[in-house]
Amino acid sequence: MADLTERERHGSDELLHAALAGGKLPRWAVPALGVGAVLLAFLLNVTTSVDGVAGTLVVAVLIFVGAQTGWSFRVEGRRHAVDRLATTGVYATFLIALAPLVAVLATVIVKGAQVISSTFLLTSMRNVSSVAEGGGVYHALIGTLEQVGIAALIGIPLGILTAIYLVEYAPSARSRRLGHAISFFVDVMTGVPSVVVGLFVYTAFVLTLGMQRSGFAGSIALTILMLPVVVRSTEEMLRIVPRDLREASYALGIPKWRTILSVVLPTATAGIITGAMLAVARVAGETAPLLLTTFLSQSINNDPFSGPQASLPIFIWDQFTRGTDASVNRAWGGALVLIVLVMLLYLTAKIISRFTGVKKF
Amino acid sequence: MNITPKARLAAIAVAGTLALAACGSDGGSGTSSASGSADANCVSGSIKASGSTAQLNAMTDWINAYQTSCSGATIDYQGNGSGAGIKDFINKQTAFAGSDSALKDQDKTDADARCATGPAIDIPMVGGAVVATYNVAGVSKLIVTPEILAGIYSNTITKWNDPKITAANPGVTLPSATIAAFHRSDSSGTTDNWTTFLSQAAGSTWTYGHAKDWKAPGGQGAKGNDGVGAAVKATANSIGYVELSFAQQNKTSTAWVDNGAGPVEPTSANAAKTIATATVAGSGNDIVLTLDYKTKTGYPAVLVTYEITCEKGLDPALVPLTKSFLTYTASDAAQSQLSANGYVPITGDVLAKVRTAISSIS
Amino acid sequence: MSTTLEPPGTPAPPVPHPGIKGAAVRRGDRLFVGLSRGAGVLILVTMAAIAVFLIWKSIPGLQANTANFFTTAEWFPDQKPSVFGIAALTFGTLMTAGIAMLLAVPVGVGIALFIAHYASRRLASTLGFVTDLLAAVPSIIFGMWGIQYLTPHLVGLGQWLNDYLGFIPLFANEAGIYSRSILNAGIVLAIMILPTISAITREVFVQTPRAHIEAALALGATRWEMVRMAIFPFSRPGMISASMLGLGRALGETIAVALMLSATYDINIHITQPGGITFASNIALKWNEAGTIGLSALVASGLVLFVITLAVNMAARLVIARRAEFSGAN
Repeated sequence: MADLTERERHGSDELLHAALAGGKLPRWAVPALGVGAVLLAFLLNVTTSVDGVAGTLVVAVLIFVGAQTGWSFRVEGRRHAVDRLATTGVYATFLIALAPLVAVLATVIVKGAQVISSTFLLTSMRNVSSVAEGGGVYHALIGTLEQVGIAALIGIPLGILTAIYLVEYAPSARSRRLGHAISFFVDVMTGVPSVVVGLFVYTAFVLTLGMQRSGFAGSIALTILMLPVVVRSTEEMLRIVPRDLREASYALGIPKWRTILSVVLPTATAGIITGAMLAVARVAGETAPLLLTTFLSQSINNDPFSGPQASLPIFIWDQFTRGTDASVNRAWGGALVLIVLVMLLYLTAKIISRFTGVKKF
Repeated sequence: MNITPKARLAAIAVAGTLALAACGSDGGSGTSSASGSADANCVSGSIKASGSTAQLNAMTDWINAYQTSCSGATIDYQGNGSGAGIKDFINKQTAFAGSDSALKDQDKTDADARCATGPAIDIPMVGGAVVATYNVAGVSKLIVTPEILAGIYSNTITKWNDPKITAANPGVTLPSATIAAFHRSDSSGTTDNWTTFLSQAAGSTWTYGHAKDWKAPGGQGAKGNDGVGAAVKATANSIGYVELSFAQQNKTSTAWVDNGAGPVEPTSANAAKTIATATVAGSGNDIVLTLDYKTKTGYPAVLVTYEITCEKGLDPALVPLTKSFLTYTASDAAQSQLSANGYVPITGDVLAKVRTAISSIS
Repeated sequence: MSTTLEPPGTPAPPVPHPGIKGAAVRRGDRLFVGLSRGAGVLILVTMAAIAVFLIWKSIPGLQANTANFFTTAEWFPDQKPSVFGIAALTFGTLMTAGIAMLLAVPVGVGIALFIAHYASRRLASTLGFVTDLLAAVPSIIFGMWGIQYLTPHLVGLGQWLNDYLGFIPLFANEAGIYSRSILNAGIVLAIMILPTISAITREVFVQTPRAHIEAALALGATRWEMVRMAIFPFSRPGMISASMLGLGRALGETIAVALMLSATYDINIHITQPGGITFASNIALKWNEAGTIGLSALVASGLVLFVITLAVNMAARLVIARRAEFSGAN
C-alpha cells in the first residue's frame, strides 16, 4: 500500500498502469535468461566438476528456473512467479518426455527403413533362411489385419453398447446395481494384463475346449483386451455430451433409443472413434497373448479360422529372437510396418471423425 | 444413420484386406540359403510342429529345402520352447514336437495317450554344443576347465586374472576386471545341458545341480540364446553360455574346454565325437541318448534335440508328410549341412536307428 | 454417477414424429436396452470366466507346492519337490510399476497440459496426433529399443545415483554393474505408459467447458491458477482413470520387461543392480519350458496379478467416487 500512495503522488500514467496491472517482466527476459543460463552452465562445465551434456543441461535448466522465479517474484509478485514456474515445468516435462519417445520412433524408422522395400512388403518368409537377407512381412501383415479386424468387429460394437448402457440406462434406480458391477469390472478388465488374458484363452479355449491355436484364437484374446478400452473411452465421451442436448431431444418427444442413436452418439462420434482407434492400436501390437494363442507360420495363410497364421508382433518377436543380423534387421522392418499400419488406421479415423464430428440435426 | 461412416470404414478395411490378400506372394526361394534341395519323395499338404528353439535355425533350413523341392508342402515349425512344444503335441496341435530332452514322467504318459494306438517316440535329430562365449579385449584364445566355469558361474571366481584362470592360460595377459557372467533368464534346455555338464564334469565345485532354470547366485540373466549372445557382445569383460550356432553368428570368441586331457576347441566336429559315443537308452524305436559329459576325446558340453512323434496312431492325414519330412531330415544330405551352421550331425549307429524308427511311423 | 437425466416419464409426444408409433418406440427402446445390457453382462461373464479358469487351473500347482506360496521368493515349480512363491514377483512388479508411475504421471499430465493449453493451436493438433500415435507403439518395440539402445545409456544414471545418493540404500550399488536393473525396467515402463496417460488426459483437458476457463481468466487468474481452478477439478476423474490405465499397463507389461530384466528371484532393494522379476515377465520367461505343474504355477501367479489389479481398481474407485460430482456436464 505504501508504494501505491507513492506512485499516486507521482501521478504518471505509466506508473498508474503498472500499479493496476502489476509489474511485468520485460519481453526479452525469458530468452535472455535462457541464453544466460546456458552460458553460465557452460562456464560451470569448464570450471567445475559439472560434466557431460546431460549434466550441463540439467544445471542450465535449474539456473534458468531459479533466476526466472526469483526475478518474477520480485517484480511481478508470488502469483506470477508460480505461474512462470508452472509454465517452465510444463514445457520442461514436455521436452523431457519427447526425447525418449522421439528416440524410439527414430530408431524404428532408421533401422526399419534399411530393409523396407516392395519385396519386403509383398513376400512372406517362406523358404527364407534365418541367416539370409530377404523375405518379408506380407504374411504377417495379412494376419494382423485379419486378427485385429475380427477383434474390432466384435469388440467395438460390444464396447459401445456397454458404454451406452452404463451412461444412459444404468443410472436409473432399477439397474443401478448392475450398472455399478459392470462399470467396476470394466475398470478391472482394463487392468487385466494381456499375458493373463493370453493364459485364459490358452487354458480355456485351447487346452479345455480343444481349439486349434489359430488367428481366431488370437482375435478372442485381442477382443477381451480391446473391450474395456472401448467402453471406458466411449463412456467418457458420452458423459461429456451436454445434458441439454438430451433434454431438448426428449422434449421433442423423440424416444430414448433414437435420442441416443441420432443425438448423443453423433455428438460424441469423434471421441468415440478416437477411443476405438486407440483400442485397436493398443491391441495391434500385443505380443504376449498372441504368443500363447496363435501359431506362427512363415507362409501366407488368408484364413484366420484354420491353420497357422503369422502376425506382425509375432513376426517381430520371432525374427528378433532368432538373433542373426539379417533376422534382427527384419524385426526392425516389421516394427516400422506395424507403426505405419497403426498410423494409417489412426489417420483414417481422424479423417472420418472430421466429417462426422459435427452432425446437423 | 450415424453408423454409415463406420460401416464405410469397415467396408474399406475389408476391401483393402482383400485387395492386399491378392497381391502378395510366398516367393522366397530366390533368397533362400544354399541349403541344397531335398531329394525327397514329395508329399503335399501341411503340418505344424513346435518346440525347441535350439533346433529352430536347423529346422528352418530343412523346411526351406523340403518346401523348395516339394512346392505343394507347407511345414510350420514354431520355436516356442520344448515344454510348450510337448504340450502342443499332447494337445493335438502339432504333428511332432521338437524337444531338448526326451519325454519323461507325466509327459510320456500323456504323449502316449495322445498317440492312441501306439507309443510316442523320441528321435534324436539335431546335435549341438553349448559354448562359453566371452568378450575380453586382446584375448583371442581362452582355455577353461569345468572347475573354472563352475567357479565363475557360482560367483567364487570374480576377476579375470584369478589365479585359477591365469594358471590355465600361461602367457595370456588377463585384465583385473570383474567378470560379468551372463546366464539365461528364461527356462531353457540349454541351461539344463550346461548345468548338467558343470555338475558332472566339475565335481564338487558346482553345487547347484542341473535344471532348466538358473539357480546359482550372482551374474545377470538375459532372455534367449540371442539375448545372452548380444549381451556378451555388448559388455566388456563378460562371459556367457550359448549354443555354438549363436556364437558363430555373433562372431564372438569361444573358450576351449580342458576336460583333463588337454584343451578342446568348441567346433561342430569335436562335439560330434562326443555325441557319437553316446549310449542309447529307451526301448524299441524310442531312442534316448545318454551323453558323456566327462569325455576326454571330444568337446564335452553337448546337447541333443529330439523330434517327438507317434510311432503309431498319429492322425492318418498327418502321417505321410510327417514321415516324408523326417525321412528327409535324417538323410545324409540333410545331416551333412548341419555343421555349416554350427550344429552337430547325428552319425553312425544312432543315425541308423533313427532311420529305422522313422520308417516305422504309420 | 448421476450425470444423465432420466427421460420424462411417459409423456405423449406433443407432435407425433412421422412414422414412429408408440408401440414401435417401446419395442425399439426395449430392444436397445436389451442389447446394451446384454453387452454389459457379457463383460461380467467374461470376467467371471477368467477368474474361474485362473482359479481352476491354478489348483494343481498350489497343491503340489511344498513352500509357502506368498513368502517364498524362489520359482522352481517343476522340480521335485515343487518349490515356488510370489514374494519376489510381487516386489519386482510393485517396484517397477511404482517407479514408472512416479515418473510418468506428472510428466504425462505435463505433456497433456502443454498440448491442450500451452502450445499453439497448430502445434497442438500435430502433437496430439503424435502422442496418440506413440500410445500405440507396441511394447515389443519398446523392449527391443530398451535393451539395444537405452540400457547402455542408463549406466551413467545408475552410477550417478550411486555416487551422489548412494547413502540411500535404494540407490546404493556395491556390485558395480548397472544394467538389467529394476530402475531400468521402471524407466522403460514409464516411457511406455507416458503416451497412454497423456493421450487420455489431453482428451479430457480439451473438454473442459470454455465457460469455466474464461470465468477463471476473467477473475484475473494467471494461467496456472486457471489450470488449478478450472481444468484440474473438471478433469480429475479422467486423469485418475488415465493413470489407472497406465498403471494397468505397467503392472502387466510382459515382453519389454522380459527383455530388460535380469530375472533374479530375490528381494533386493538396490534398484540399480541387475535383478528383479515381475509377474507378467515371469510368465513369458517360464511358459515356454513349463511342465504341467509349472504351467499351473504360472496361472496361479496370473491369478495373483489379477487380484492385484482388482485391488488397485477398488482403491481408484474410492478416489473417483469422491470426485464424482465433477464428471459430466453439470
